[in-house]
Amino acid sequence: MGVRILFLGPLADLNGRNELTVTAPLDWTRLLDIVSPEMKAQLESDRVRIACAGKVLVHKADLQAVDGDEVAVLPPVSGG
Amino acid sequence: MRDVQLLHTAFDPHSVNAEFSVRHKLAGGLCSFVGQVRGEGGVQALELSHYEPLTLPGMQEIASRAIERFDLSGLLMLHRVGRMCPGEPIVCVSAAAPHRRGSFEAVDYCMDHLKSAAWFWKRELRGDDWHWIEPRAQDHADLKRWK
Repeated sequence: MGVRILFLGPLADLNGRNELTVTAPLDWTRLLDIVSPEMKAQLESDRVRIACAGKVLVHKADLQAVDGDEVAVLPPVSGG
Repeated sequence: MRDVQLLHTAFDPHSVNAEFSVRHKLAGGLCSFVGQVRGEGGVQALELSHYEPLTLPGMQEIASRAIERFDLSGLLMLHRVGRMCPGEPIVCVSAAAPHRRGSFEAVDYCMDHLKSAAWFWKRELRGDDWHWIEPRAQDHADLKRWK
């Protein structure tokens, strides 16, 4: 089953596709390791939030995704 | 009465508001806002994406806070996702309150929070290219009015 990672909004374009499935477990350090340098910079920015299993994390470094979890990478919303 | 929905297809704000006003015919004040796709700047289409596990629950939370804060007897909050053309409705918020001020402010509050605190991402088709819409400083300033 693994962990499904979804890239929302403009981050899907940056990533070249909007999702990726990796083996569980997935923590913050490993997430930073498996993405491109451009995506890593985005992930480390305060503007980008992370949700795991439907909850937005207060601290991204607390990410601990287990088998079957969905992790969403959330850029700032558009407003306008 | 609360009606909060994410819609994947076009809707008619006039008919939903007609129904809302019948349902709340004894309210002291009814106020409604409809946001549409702007037709300026060569925009051919607008596409809204969302994240199902967060977007609708986030809208429900905004609605709950508005109902409590403005003592509403009714709140309608409809928001489109998907691809839309200029002139097409994107969002409709209607509030029923005991007095006019509560209904005005509830709609304003909901719209400011939908713009800046709800999980939607927008991109516009101009020419042959899609352009993501970045957050505006004004949206954050609008949100601060309610702190």
